[in-house]
Amino acid sequence: MLTILFDGIAYGMLLFILAVGLAVTMGLMNFINLAHGAFAMVGGYITVLLMQRVGVPFLVCLPLAFLGAALLGGILERTLYRPLYHKPHLDQVLFSIGLTFMAVASADYFIGSTQQIIQLPEWLKGRTELGEGAWRLGMGHYRLFIIAVCAALTVGLQFVLTKTRFGSRLRASVDDQRVAAGLGINVNVVFLSTFAMGSGLAGLGGALGAEVLGLDPTFALKFMIYFLIVVAVGGTSSISGPLLAALLLGIADVAGKYYIPKLGAFIVYCLMIAILLWRPQGLFVRKGGKS
Amino acid sequence: MKHVVTSMNALTTTRRWKPWELALWALALASPLLLSRHALIINEIAIVTLFAVSLDIILGFTGIVSLGHAAFFGLGAYTAALFAKLVMPDPLVGMAVAIGVSTLLGAVCSMTIIRGSDLTRLMVTLGVGLILMELANKLDWLTGGADGLQGVVMGPVLGRFEFDLSGRTAAWYSISVLLVLFVLARRLVNSPFGATLKAIRDNRLRAMAIGIPVTQRLSVVYTVAAGMAGAAGALMAQTTGFASLDLFEFNRSADVLLVLVVGGTGWLYGGVAGAIVFKLMQDLISSITPQYWTFWIGLFLVVLVLVGRERLIRPWTWFPRFFGGPKA
Repeated sequence: MLTILFDGIAYGMLLFILAVGLAVTMGLMNFINLAHGAFAMVGGYITVLLMQRVGVPFLVCLPLAFLGAALLGGILERTLYRPLYHKPHLDQVLFSIGLTFMAVASADYFIGSTQQIIQLPEWLKGRTELGEGAWRLGMGHYRLFIIAVCAALTVGLQFVLTKTRFGSRLRASVDDQRVAAGLGINVNVVFLSTFAMGSGLAGLGGALGAEVLGLDPTFALKFMIYFLIVVAVGGTSSISGPLLAALLLGIADVAGKYYIPKLGAFIVYCLMIAILLWRPQGLFVRKGGKS
Repeated sequence: MKHVVTSMNALTTTRRWKPWELALWALALASPLLLSRHALIINEIAIVTLFAVSLDIILGFTGIVSLGHAAFFGLGAYTAALFAKLVMPDPLVGMAVAIGVSTLLGAVCSMTIIRGSDLTRLMVTLGVGLILMELANKLDWLTGGADGLQGVVMGPVLGRFEFDLSGRTAAWYSISVLLVLFVLARRLVNSPFGATLKAIRDNRLRAMAIGIPVTQRLSVVYTVAAGMAGAAGALMAQTTGFASLDLFEFNRSADVLLVLVVGGTGWLYGGVAGAIVFKLMQDLISSITPQYWTFWIGLFLVVLVLVGRERLIRPWTWFPRFFGGPKA
């Protein structure tokens, strides 16, 4: 039982890292970006290809995946996304679906549609077991590694958002873009860097998750739905909302698949619809911000 | 007095059937005969058109962004296929049952789209589609699971016209159903009810202030659109004799959005035009690159949004300097 909880937490943490960029871009720019999964996929493929073809060690690949996805995100934000901020939501949805389709087909064309396998270093392969009987806790070392990395990132993000100057600029822009611009904050630069950061985090998440979630060209579409659930349920105004939503989703998904495999992903979707019917703006809404 | 345009006139002219509309439908009904070798694709175009028109009622006329419209399409298809397999093979009765079931689901789901922002609505509609897909996948004793529902044999239409391999009966059947539902949809959006829908789309707050029951209108129109989407799905299942999980897929909801945007929203013929363009394009591209045609569809979407549909179908506005048009 504890093992399931543990796996669920690892899964949830991973989802959080993948989705937090989406939460910020959605809250900040009011932009429905369905192409977020594509950035995660880019990160995953960077890692897999570097490890397989060039032989770069796993730990070096992770920052590279972050940088690659962040760079791509920055370029796309500047060239394609920016004109769309003030378009209707329908246009944004269509545009980002289009990008996702392109990403899926390109990955298929250049790399092939087979599932990519990641070779973990030896020290991450093992498994530690604690306790006895029903309270036995089996921890895969890789899962432990994921939790550690994601927890560190979460703390770091929280610090950046609440304690630094950039964080307060960002929060100001989220709350009211026009007033923030009037106060002399260069909102465009804030947008650009935030979008790049979010894409980079997605890339890192994709790299970390390639082993757990599986990596093939449909990754972008398959997990887009999970990211959206995290964001829709958690709300877009803070990072603790998506974090809790991601943990909830991760645990519910793992537990649901373990205890009632017949129902599969069913539970997650029903839970989401129930929560959204109950609180349409997400579970955690900060008062005062512009929605 | 003939040339005076009163407000009454302006409202009724859009309602009147124009000659080109009649010509279009006559052409559509004649097309299986004229292009008998392409009857299969005509059938598909008719189905996609019906599906797009049903989405247009909620998206173009009411302004509800839905990513899960395929849920009703798939439900209609599975209902029609199961009904034909287990109860009776008559297509028209099956069609009525399929419309009934998807209307029922639409009525239930219409409760979910009333509250919340665009994102919430997007997620809820998407979620319903996914739940139905999971259901069809897991209830494999009933639906055949991932293999799809096979062995559906349809009876002849009206007890007379057998479905043949060339697909001519299928095309006529689909076009007739499309025509009937299209006329109904046309009446609906041109009625006072339709005018209130447009008011809700344009400004929900004002619509509420002048006394339009917004919630009720939204749920009614969502239910109607669900029934129409179910009819499109039923046509799909009946004319192909097959229902599979990909009917529920996200791609299908995205495709129909694309169809509608290509043709233009808020204009019922947008669905018709979009379906013809989309199906022909899909046919053309997938005959060149069968595996990667989604790339080109994606590229098309991106360009469409960035350039804007209005400018894309008017190439002469791309270079205003050469044509002496007004400068932007």
